[in-house]
Amino acid sequence: MKKFRMIALALAAVMCVSLTACGGGDDDSKQTPDPTGTTPVAGEAFKLGGIGPLTGENAIYGTSAMNGAQIAVDEINAKGGVQLELNAQDDEADGEKGVNAYNNLKDWGMQALVGCVTTGSCIAVSTELNRDRIFGLTPSASSADVTAGKDNMFQVCFTDPNQGVTSADYMAEHMADKKIAIIYRNDDAYSQGVRDAFAAEASAKGLNIVYEGTFNKDTQTDFNVQLTGAQSQGADLVYLPIYYQPASVILSQAKQMNYAPTFFGIDGMDGILTLEGFDTALAEGVMLMTPFNAWGTDDLTKNFVTEYESRYGSTPNQFAADGYDAVYAIYNALMAAECTPDMSAADICEKLVAQFTAADFSVDGLTGTSMTWSANGEVAKAPVIVVIEGGAYVTQ
Amino acid sequence: MKRLGTMKKASKANFATYLGVIIAFVVVSLLKSGGVLSSSLSGLLIPVCCYVVMALSLNLTVGVLGELSLGHAGFMSVGAFSGIVAAMSLQEAIPFAPLRLAVAMVVGALFAAVAGVIVGVPVLRLRGDYLAIVTLAFGEIIKDLLTCLLVGYDSNGLHILFNASGTLTVADLGMDETGVAIIKGAQGATGTVTIATFAAGFVLILVTLFIILNLVNSRSGRAVMAIRDNRIAAESVGINITKYKLMAFVLSAALAGAAGALYGLNYSNLAASKFNFNTSILVLVFVVLGGLGNMWGSIIAAVVLTILPEALREFADYRMLVYAIVLILVMLATNNDQLKNLLKKIIPVRKGGLGDGERV
Repeated sequence: MKKFRMIALALAAVMCVSLTACGGGDDDSKQTPDPTGTTPVAGEAFKLGGIGPLTGENAIYGTSAMNGAQIAVDEINAKGGVQLELNAQDDEADGEKGVNAYNNLKDWGMQALVGCVTTGSCIAVSTELNRDRIFGLTPSASSADVTAGKDNMFQVCFTDPNQGVTSADYMAEHMADKKIAIIYRNDDAYSQGVRDAFAAEASAKGLNIVYEGTFNKDTQTDFNVQLTGAQSQGADLVYLPIYYQPASVILSQAKQMNYAPTFFGIDGMDGILTLEGFDTALAEGVMLMTPFNAWGTDDLTKNFVTEYESRYGSTPNQFAADGYDAVYAIYNALMAAECTPDMSAADICEKLVAQFTAADFSVDGLTGTSMTWSANGEVAKAPVIVVIEGGAYVTQ
Repeated sequence: MKRLGTMKKASKANFATYLGVIIAFVVVSLLKSGGVLSSSLSGLLIPVCCYVVMALSLNLTVGVLGELSLGHAGFMSVGAFSGIVAAMSLQEAIPFAPLRLAVAMVVGALFAAVAGVIVGVPVLRLRGDYLAIVTLAFGEIIKDLLTCLLVGYDSNGLHILFNASGTLTVADLGMDETGVAIIKGAQGATGTVTIATFAAGFVLILVTLFIILNLVNSRSGRAVMAIRDNRIAAESVGINITKYKLMAFVLSAALAGAAGALYGLNYSNLAASKFNFNTSILVLVFVVLGGLGNMWGSIIAAVVLTILPEALREFADYRMLVYAIVLILVMLATNNDQLKNLLKKIIPVRKGGLGDGERV
């Protein structure tokens, strides 16, 4: 019996020791520079945290955004002058892991956050940011709930409602007489959010929605039911507020059943042309609303795409561009507000909030020119509708 | 006399367990208030408490009752969402946050217990592995159902819609201007006021231990274990098999529900997809790695395996690989006879004092 008590006490001691040992380990990591980042001298560089899914099924979004952000950081550091340091942490697109990553970055001494990349995690983390007064700018978390009620949280991407409304407005203007079918993923906040806003705006504008089909994570490999439903209702415009992986299946299955309506996607569709094993001929004529066109001809885009391709060996998608713009937006605001790297995160937060909401503050980036921010954190920039022609985007 | 002796031993062991947990809590609290604990670890305290309770409650089903449950995250999910709804709608009625948290955990436990009864009543009458199959399905069904749920609260009370067609939105709840949407379908519970505390987690662990350890050492607990060890023999001495199985299973579900409520109230956003099959398996890994029926093992496995992936962040992309390797090494090490003998040599003195049949 006493043996049990001994073991119990020993284990309790081990538990406590292991807890403190972990704490010690974290302290050590403060001095360890981020292996992927440049290593400016501590105290002379702003410490930017980054949170996104770097592993797991959503890794493509997180790694793209963080790669884009890293390119921006390296460009800024190469200029000399004020230096930035980026520490990207993995959250597996999960709120619990996101908060863990956030706390880890706080230990590291983060002064502003580029993140999170995905909505669910971002809402959980933004509450913590708001409580601790650390500035947050998400590249791509698009739900309106990310910024709602948090004065120090801003977005680079369009909000979900904004995307739905904009696409409905575009259709009302250019293709008002089409019969519209919607296929969306009803267990995904992004897809459902865009669909809700689209449906509301479409009925306000008198658009004719003839069919709505849903799918979820477990049924996103077969769309015969939804496509047959849309076809039998005579839909000649299919609205796809979804990501490009399921969209690629929809395109190829529609081709097999000789169903050729106009497909209209949103920013989640961006990336379909670089999807491995996807025949880009299938995407011919697909329309999508995207903030970023990798085939753009302006110097900023061309330089970014060249740099991204030489570093990571793939064409950047809108997440990469969002990450890049997020870093530049924070950098420009830091410069304009005359912040210095030795300031506390809370002081920087107040200055950045004032700067982002200032009337004369605007950022020209890859995902839009003269982007401005409202006090509720939403970005204002012009949406771009493109059509895929010959394996590239052509702006409408 | 002999019976008295064993009872005394059992209660001594229980006190050692409580004492260990209390010491751990006091030490961690002191470290936290002393500022020694990093924010990374402070942030982990509440999820660790939730996972410890999850592991303990699953251990009741898997270790003590001997039935395999693959949908324990489903009960956590039911508890989390019902707890969040309770806490959010009682904000004005109970302004005192700790009390509201306690009410939310009780509500979460009740709802999860009801789910446990619904699953358990038909399935626990059967022999074989049916419980594993049904709980597996239960976890998936709960996830899909909660994804369709819209809940809001305004001055008129709760508004609940079931969005099976996918065409309803928060606007269809018909709330007045004071309305707050609590659960928004696919996005899950959003804008939750986070009131979970480490102290509440600690109390929940103590309550869980108290319930489970007392059950195991009671007449009912011995009946449950008799069913596990030999169903036919237990039946032959007149034990009501279904009753005792159901009791252990529902208790396990209720505790998971309370842990879920604590977990849900720790994050401002929680989607139903969080409680998927992987989460159920994660908790099962805690139990199996800690040892079936071994409460201490469950606690330590849950604590270590929750902290480990965070402590391994320095390995960046390779951390989950390292995590898997650590898991394999632990399993090999705990099954290694040489290592076991070595451990016995380190603590040899106590061995002589105990009877040979004594189990620790």
